[in-house]
Amino acid sequence: MLQTALRMATLPKSSPNFGQSPGFCRDCLNEAKTRAGTCRTCGSPRLFFHDEWSGLPIAHIDCDAFYAAVEKRDKPELRDLPVMIGGGKRGVVSTACYIARISGVRSAMPMFKAKKLCPDAVVLPPDMQKYARVGRDIRRLMRELTPLVEPLSIDEAFLDLTGTARLHGKPPAISLAELTLKIEREIGITVSVGLSHNKFLAKIASDLDKPRGFAAIGAAETLTFLAGKPVSLIWGVGKATQKALAKHGITTIAQLQSMEKVDLMRNFSGIGARLYHLARGEDTRKVSNQGETKSISSETTFFDDVKDLPELERILWTLCEKVSYRAKKAGLAGQTVVLKLKTADFRTRTRNVSLGDPTHLADRIFAAARPMLAKQANGTRFRLIGIGISNLLAVDHDPALDDLDFNAAQRARAELAMDSLREKFGKGAVNLGRGLKSQRKD
Amino acid sequence: MRVTIERSALLKALNHIQSVVERRNTIPILSNVMISAASDEIRLSATDLDIEVVETVPAEVSQSGATTVPAHMMYDIVRKLPDGSQLELERGPDEGRLMVISGRSRFALQALPPEDFPDLAAGEFTNEFAIPPNDLKYLIEKTRFAISTEETRYYLNGIYLHTIEADGGHRLRAVATDGHRLAQAEQACPEGAAGMPGIIVPRKTVLELIKLLEDTDADVAISLSASKIRFTVAAVVLTSKLIDGTFPDYERVIPKSNDKVMEIDTRLFAQAVDRVSTISSEKGRAVKLNIADNRVVLSVNNPDSGSAEEEIAATYGSEGIDIGFNSRYLMDIAAQFKTDNAVFVFADSGSPTIVRDAGDESTLYVLMPMRV
Repeated sequence: MLQTALRMATLPKSSPNFGQSPGFCRDCLNEAKTRAGTCRTCGSPRLFFHDEWSGLPIAHIDCDAFYAAVEKRDKPELRDLPVMIGGGKRGVVSTACYIARISGVRSAMPMFKAKKLCPDAVVLPPDMQKYARVGRDIRRLMRELTPLVEPLSIDEAFLDLTGTARLHGKPPAISLAELTLKIEREIGITVSVGLSHNKFLAKIASDLDKPRGFAAIGAAETLTFLAGKPVSLIWGVGKATQKALAKHGITTIAQLQSMEKVDLMRNFSGIGARLYHLARGEDTRKVSNQGETKSISSETTFFDDVKDLPELERILWTLCEKVSYRAKKAGLAGQTVVLKLKTADFRTRTRNVSLGDPTHLADRIFAAARPMLAKQANGTRFRLIGIGISNLLAVDHDPALDDLDFNAAQRARAELAMDSLREKFGKGAVNLGRGLKSQRKD
Repeated sequence: MRVTIERSALLKALNHIQSVVERRNTIPILSNVMISAASDEIRLSATDLDIEVVETVPAEVSQSGATTVPAHMMYDIVRKLPDGSQLELERGPDEGRLMVISGRSRFALQALPPEDFPDLAAGEFTNEFAIPPNDLKYLIEKTRFAISTEETRYYLNGIYLHTIEADGGHRLRAVATDGHRLAQAEQACPEGAAGMPGIIVPRKTVLELIKLLEDTDADVAISLSASKIRFTVAAVVLTSKLIDGTFPDYERVIPKSNDKVMEIDTRLFAQAVDRVSTISSEKGRAVKLNIADNRVVLSVNNPDSGSAEEEIAATYGSEGIDIGFNSRYLMDIAAQFKTDNAVFVFADSGSPTIVRDAGDESTLYVLMPMRV
């Protein structure tokens, strides 16, 4: 709470007049004099009222049905049709537009099921490059407001507008409402804004009024707001923790609020303290534009299911190269290699192996993943394969270069030599044969 | 099958047998020991499909036959019977049981058919020789700590045994490395071993073998085929698959031109390393050696917990050097040394360093420094 107080204190005293009203209009951005039904200035019904509206600095912005919205923007004839974005001829729904959602379609739902629910839907393959481009454009607009933009994914981000009121000459809420209008105008998609005094609550708030929403959770209402909610609302409480909490009869946040910190820490060791604080709406995580990388991974869903080991290995290798490239660029090496497979019947299998030394070499990642893959490739059909490294450490060179195993050091040097060739002559300059498609049919 | 046998003889054999048997097995019969009785002895065998151990024990066999029963359970039963007792092993009234009777104790153990018990076919042996148990023990004990446990580098998961030509004769050499340190030990080449193919003996085999070597004075017979090795230690025959891989060309990483020589009291050095590394709880934390003018300053700096420093005397006359090593690796090597002094031969702070036991020409260690 102290943090909130400090943040509110940074509001400019020189302009005592702004932020004193009960709310503002989300269309003309003028402050509303009274809690009226429509805007006195422009007549819009989109008025936003909240007791603390002008003092809350942390926002979570989430694009509404992002992929579908981008497609509708580019193909206006789709505007009033149900649209679903998903992979290939089968696969899962990545995004369903709000019209499709009326029929019960949800993202991550298998495509065949979604098609059954909504047979008229227009199904489009995802165009990730386009979405990434649009996402970048949106983040650029966000950064015009504050440098503290922390992207969570391609279509959502946290913004910290603490101390920006004086700069912008208006409270954060109005700046944000202005941003949403700008995104609608310049990008052509809609977003929802959650506003609060910390990240945890801001993220919850952005979900309250979707789509094209604007919602706030103030300091005064935090405890009562959370009290009635299920524990699953708390960030980091997944199925396992829910189960553990249920064992103690805890299902609502109100129950957590009534418990003592030491008891929570004793019973739920790792996350006990977090449960205690988040249940009270206390979250001291800062909005960071650095973004700490926990793992680096790459995965691909196949056009047709794959069961043959040589083909899986070929794809695995290209993924290892991608992961390795990103890790080398970031100066990170992973101590653990994680292999992810999804079977044709949607079961996910992950396997991991710890390495003696952290690595970011494609060759070593591949060598660690290959035996795990071989064990899984027993005729099972797979629809997805992914590879990643985690337990990351910053390194200036791969430890394999110092290896007393002459072969290992040699392979490491060979890979780095290939990297520098690619640096000079482009990505395709030199490649290992194991990434090439087999010409033989065997 | 009906057999009478001394507890102590059976216990000793079962002790060898059960350690090969994995605690958990997906193939049920691999949890069992096979017992076959014929003439005046019983033959116990167990396998994990990579290693097979067979041991014969004298017994009074009144009816020959064979069966298999859970190895760990059988071992526990025999272990708990009183010293000096006798056991009777007898096929139960139905085929699926083995009765174990001693004094007033009676056990009926679930048996599995001996026909199902896998046999690790050794194939044709191409090389055979005998080695004194102490020589073999030396080769293993001096090198086994450096064996890699990293599965992805399966070809380092064992001891590389091969012969080399030296001073006009031959030597039998063992090498193990995990990529950070390398251990090399040599012994006189046994007759008939010269020219044998280089082989990689898996870690588990090496550890089992060491246990067997504890109780014997007789020479160990070694037989080699392309893919297997067999050790005959008195009444025990240990057969193992070899690691199918190529051991790296280790000679290339043993430095030839290091010239900065430091001699130090092994025990004092190891104790100092142990003390300063208390500060470094995390694995892989380096201890830094600052070496100059007949002294070494050991220091550890751990941003999470603090720092430590200790100075000890050494014999060193070369140009000063700062070099870091994994503290555990230093202590592992020091633990191998039997004489008073250790000799370090450095090149620079980024290159492999040679470490030797001052009084033992037969071993050589290479340590890769850490950057500090």
